[in-house]
Amino acid sequence: MAPSLEPMIGRYLKLEIDGVPHRLYVEEAGQGIPLVCLHTAGADNRQFRHLLADPEITRRFRVLAFDMPWHGKSTPPDGWERGEYRLTTQSYTAAIRAFCKAMELYRPAVMGCSIGGRIVLNLAIEHAAEFRALIALEAADFQQPWYDTSWLHRPDVHGGEVSAALISGLIAPHSPPVNRHETLWMYMQSGPGVFKGDLYFYRVDGDLRDKVKAIDTKLCPLYLLTGEYDFSCTAEDTLRTAAQIPGVEVQIMKEVGHFPMSENPAKFREYILPVLAKIS
Amino acid sequence: MSPADRFAQLPALLAADADLLRRGRWLTVDCRIDVGDDPFHLSLRDGALAGLERGPRLMRSTAFSFRATSEAWANYWRPIPAPGWHDVFALTKRGAASMEGDLRPLLQNLQYFKDLLALPRRLPEGS
Repeated sequence: MAPSLEPMIGRYLKLEIDGVPHRLYVEEAGQGIPLVCLHTAGADNRQFRHLLADPEITRRFRVLAFDMPWHGKSTPPDGWERGEYRLTTQSYTAAIRAFCKAMELYRPAVMGCSIGGRIVLNLAIEHAAEFRALIALEAADFQQPWYDTSWLHRPDVHGGEVSAALISGLIAPHSPPVNRHETLWMYMQSGPGVFKGDLYFYRVDGDLRDKVKAIDTKLCPLYLLTGEYDFSCTAEDTLRTAAQIPGVEVQIMKEVGHFPMSENPAKFREYILPVLAKIS
Repeated sequence: MSPADRFAQLPALLAADADLLRRGRWLTVDCRIDVGDDPFHLSLRDGALAGLERGPRLMRSTAFSFRATSEAWANYWRPIPAPGWHDVFALTKRGAASMEGDLRPLLQNLQYFKDLLALPRRLPEGS
């Protein structure tokens, strides 16, 4: 019997981000319009494995999902042991643009979730002309914090398990248990302090209130999709953000939480295929 | 049956869940859960419920407490809770619940506690 291989290919990309050498793990599948996928905080590119294996998508899109520095199989930069990881608006934006440049992608579409959705809003604010379309999942200009991130990285609490337990409530009760627990498993595997470091961008540095008003959707179309069970980035947060951006398309996804692409791939497909059809 | 009456069935619900008992096997703590105006004192030993006392107890020590309104628990224990009522942190964020005390044992065993507090969801609706 022939081996049952999934279509995505994984490789390592060597590049510089802000002058620092990095080695990023990237998976890709398909051909056509480049579609760069950005995972959530404290997770990795496996969240997009269902999109990478969906022929309906990969026949029109070259789907690329990379692990952010420090995440998944992308190792931290040399000397990581001497400092504390902190993602910022500047460093996150630089990483995405460096990836697109190093891969020689011409005006890719970018889709990000959670912190990936927030940074997509920043791409729309600062670099819209570089992209063909921008899709922000579970994104808003600002969200009210709902727990103290100091619990995420300390010796007396298992960082992976507490992170997974915290975010478990952001998954919709309708999502299939196998997808729910695969989503949680990725959080359990995150490096120490990485989820907390990502949330520095989310909570402290990445406040885009007022700035989103500068988004020009004529330069680059912007789509916002948020799950109704996401109480971190609520439907109200996304709708409030959308109300400030003329021309944006916004949709609230029923029976979906904070991790649409991994917690309920079949349901997410119903929402994302029409968006991708508009882009292609 | 009131939300507090539903929570009073916790000992049988936990005893029937071998997986939750396994996951809680490192946990020994005394804590307090308030269902509306009804306080419950839980004595957890190696993940099992050694005691569940309902009602006020004078000078009772407890590591931490978690309180929510009766409305919050009633919504939280629906088989498919509505958005914003489906997780204990969704309840605290909306101001319908609060946690106090030494939260370390809670955070060290967070998924266990979340699943423990969700157990009454398994009771027939309206029971």
